[in-house]
Amino acid sequence: MAHGSVGAEESRWWSGDSVAAVPISNNAEPLVVARGLVKRFGAFTAVDGIDFDIHAGESFGFLGPNGAGKTSTMKMVSCISAPSAGELRVLGRDPAVDGPRIRARLGLVPQEDALELELTVMDNLVMYGRYFDLPKSEIKRRAVALLEFAQLSDRANDKTDNLSGGMKRRLTIARSLVSDPDLLILDEPTTGLDPQARHLLWERLYRLKSDGVTLVITTHYMDEAEQLCDRLVVMDRGKIVAHGAPRELIASHSTREVLELRFGVGGHGPRAAAIGDLAERIEELPDRLLLYVHDGDEALAAVHSRGITPESALVRRSTLEDVFLRLTGRTLVD
Amino acid sequence: MAVAGDQLTQRGAAQPRVGWAPWRRALWFHYAFWQRTWKGSIVSSFLFPILYLASMGLGVGHLVNEHSGGVQGVSYLDYVAPAMLALTALQVSANETMWPVLASFKWVRSYWTAVSTPVSARDVVVGKIGWVTIHVLMVGSIYTAVLAVFGTLHSPWAILLPLAGALTGFAFAAPIAAFSATQESPQAFPVIYRFAVIPMFLFSGAFYPVSQLPGWLQPVVQVTPLYQGVALCRTLALGQGALAMTCVHIAYLAVLAAVGTVVCIRNFRRRLEV
Repeated sequence: MAHGSVGAEESRWWSGDSVAAVPISNNAEPLVVARGLVKRFGAFTAVDGIDFDIHAGESFGFLGPNGAGKTSTMKMVSCISAPSAGELRVLGRDPAVDGPRIRARLGLVPQEDALELELTVMDNLVMYGRYFDLPKSEIKRRAVALLEFAQLSDRANDKTDNLSGGMKRRLTIARSLVSDPDLLILDEPTTGLDPQARHLLWERLYRLKSDGVTLVITTHYMDEAEQLCDRLVVMDRGKIVAHGAPRELIASHSTREVLELRFGVGGHGPRAAAIGDLAERIEELPDRLLLYVHDGDEALAAVHSRGITPESALVRRSTLEDVFLRLTGRTLVD
Repeated sequence: MAVAGDQLTQRGAAQPRVGWAPWRRALWFHYAFWQRTWKGSIVSSFLFPILYLASMGLGVGHLVNEHSGGVQGVSYLDYVAPAMLALTALQVSANETMWPVLASFKWVRSYWTAVSTPVSARDVVVGKIGWVTIHVLMVGSIYTAVLAVFGTLHSPWAILLPLAGALTGFAFAAPIAAFSATQESPQAFPVIYRFAVIPMFLFSGAFYPVSQLPGWLQPVVQVTPLYQGVALCRTLALGQGALAMTCVHIAYLAVLAAVGTVVCIRNFRRRLEV
């Protein structure tokens, strides 16, 4: 077989199958190719002509606020919903022709967990694996490793309903891995989780990423995108407004540092005018002013030297949130 | 082996497959689910008809038999018993295709899980309706065995009773599931129970011959699917009834099942594959 090698395939610890280390992807062709992809629901256009490539082994993100068209894009990439227009190839094939065959190689973690709450944790894995025509003994073998990965080994025989939100999420991710997918698609993986559960989940996803699993992640959390994604596209109103590596995006669309200033109620407008010349760009949010500058401390000193004293001041590095604000004039989470 | 660029190449043993018929997987899901939870449903799907039969057959039956010497030449228990099979088929089908179908779309979201695997919306429908039919067949087989033990069966054709029950169940499951797939809330289900299921239950000729009803009401009753199911089951149990009419009953239920399935697949696809 004339295939390029995907080195990290070897560490598919949950399948534990050395044969599975045979690379399946040809590096020449990306796992997902989309050109002019459109999804319409009646008169509403949810996805409005987007292009992207997702390569084997990378972690690819769709960042955007709710309603940007991320989930519609995910449903098309998952070969569940058909594009209204444009070209889409997943794993080298056309979803319209080979939907079931492609889906046999995908793992999907939907926005809502969709677990069988009446059944045990183990049964959730077994019943899902059976959809892929895998032998029960093989599913159980993988399930043991996956439950360990999801840190749920001691809950294997518990009713799924009794798990916490974070545990359910981890179980959903473990479930999506039962079929040893070539592409793992996660739609808003940490939405609705408390901070501790989020960090645990990120750590688990990071492990998958370093194991070479190709991840596709949608999120409206810029920190999630920055931590997990090698490359991402920023979506807004069905369109891609920017694409690149998180650091690149920040470097090309924002300054190195941001000075956040808070003044009393109603004090932002006039202050913005008075200190606007100190920054490359200034954004006025309802609760604070953002000054885009190279050196935040220097800028703060300059603000003080003009006799202006904010209620609070914070110097931080630019984030994807700033990129999004720059590109769309709006914040990601509202 | 695969052409270059074909990324669906097999890579060893125990690989996920589409399988020769993904609907089998969807069917297995329901079976496996039932295996794990059947204890909760045994009362409604099996004990309930037996209790009903005991109450109606023995209680009401005693009265009827004393006053009019049975119905259509048999004791009241024998008359009511096969009809209870059709009623059970309706009940099991309706129970499994109203709330559970809506829940599988909206709350448990099992159908969304299924269609993210090699299984498609059509397979989900075949699996669901297939399972309900098999479930009715299972309940019907046990029920028929009980009827045989009580000596209420009068014809060798009675051996086909479980199949008649399954066909009746199929004929209800498909259109009800098709309807449930269009719903966003369970509001309509109690309405269906009150204005369709219960009236059919009472007026379908299960408890007394339709000829007892006013003339104008008889044709109304006769076009209901439950009447057809009751008549079919009774024909098989008692060995009475004309062949032509039996064929009409079977054809009616088969057409309803087939049309219901087609509409159901359409509705599931509209909801899952958009």
